[in-house]
Amino acid sequence: MFETLFPIIVLVTVATLIAGLLVTFSIVLGRRTKLGKKTEPYECGVEPVGTTKDPVPIKFYLVAVLFILFDIEVIFLYPWAVISRQLGIFGFVEMVIFVIILLVGYFYVLGQGALKWD
Amino acid sequence: MLEMVLITLIKVLVVVVAVLTGCAYSTYMERKVLGRLQNRIGPSYAGPFGLLQPLADGLKLIFKEDIVPSNVERITFALAPMIAFIPALLSFAVIPFSSDFELFGYHITGMLSDLNIGILFIFAVTSLGVYGIVLAGWSSGSKYSLLGGLRATAQMISYEVAYGLSIIGVILIANTLSMRELVAIQEGITNWIIWKQPFGFLLYITAAIAETNRAPFDLPEAESELVAGYHTEYSSMRFSMFFIGEYANMLAVASVGTTLFFGGWNGPFLPPVLWFVIKVVAFMFCYIWLRATFPRLRYDQLMNFGWKVLFPLALLNTMVTAAWVML
Repeated sequence: MFETLFPIIVLVTVATLIAGLLVTFSIVLGRRTKLGKKTEPYECGVEPVGTTKDPVPIKFYLVAVLFILFDIEVIFLYPWAVISRQLGIFGFVEMVIFVIILLVGYFYVLGQGALKWD
Repeated sequence: MLEMVLITLIKVLVVVVAVLTGCAYSTYMERKVLGRLQNRIGPSYAGPFGLLQPLADGLKLIFKEDIVPSNVERITFALAPMIAFIPALLSFAVIPFSSDFELFGYHITGMLSDLNIGILFIFAVTSLGVYGIVLAGWSSGSKYSLLGGLRATAQMISYEVAYGLSIIGVILIANTLSMRELVAIQEGITNWIIWKQPFGFLLYITAAIAETNRAPFDLPEAESELVAGYHTEYSSMRFSMFFIGEYANMLAVASVGTTLFFGGWNGPFLPPVLWFVIKVVAFMFCYIWLRATFPRLRYDQLMNFGWKVLFPLALLNTMVTAAWVML
């Protein structure tokens, strides 16, 4: 267990260190000028209009919820795929039933127009 | 014990340096190949054939001014590039680069960690990258960033489903999640899984391109409408961390594709590491080739394609493979 996890922990540490170092480099070494107008958000050279804290369309939220539903269903397929040969026909039939249930949900979502983008 | 720790440290450093160099030279390769495909010659001034160009770019970016706009959420703004960068490097923890070999009397494995759930680990880690992008888009306080971040999030989570489904066919054939065993069963070109899963491979590469926000699915950073998307407000090294993260993700996708479908480091005559690199470079070339060939999709086309075409096809591929394995 330790032998498989230790390299990953080391890699996380090294990656974090590099990320920190790179940012520090540019903060220390980068040129500094008077910022002034430079600190305004970029808007193609005109004065920025409006805020960015407006409500976001509900569609994005819907996609996120659907993603969680379907991705969890996909995750259920992984253990089955690993031992599919041991489970044999029984496992296959069970999985077909599971996928049919998944598809019922999928077509319901499609029918409700949750995935319509226009 | 101490030996194991030291070997691990050296291996991690070698892998990190190799991946970062790989990222730098992917940008060179991209510019060179893209240039040739568009009847230009690409970078050619820095060093012979422009080979020092990535170095020049890196140095230039380090010495650039680090601008933090006035209306950003400071903590998330600073964290976002790191969150995009670190998971991208992490996926290389379980990728087998080479066969086991002896060096100075020590037995060295060709991968950092032989995790028994290797593929699941890679998929878990790569999907963390979306946090960096959504936080960058949200905290920048710029409309282009926000739109780019939103688009990226919706796109990445939509294609995540098909991405995860597309490799279940491979696992059904191999019956393992360990990267080492996946390579072991693909010895000899006739045993490559691509011959058994050609359709699965097409699904994998399509979903992977969308996952890594590359053309023709590069809506999040569509420069003709969104300036640069989620990293509009980033400059200097913070910007280049998004960039390195993106290229590291591409390299990870290429490495995983090589391992899953093209026999990993297996190959005749040449050393295994070299075979691995050759296959990954070929993969990267296809990435660039696709970028030079296809125009960008429209956003509704992109979402429709992901949910209404790719997802059902991936499910179909899984079930057909399962039936074929059972018979």
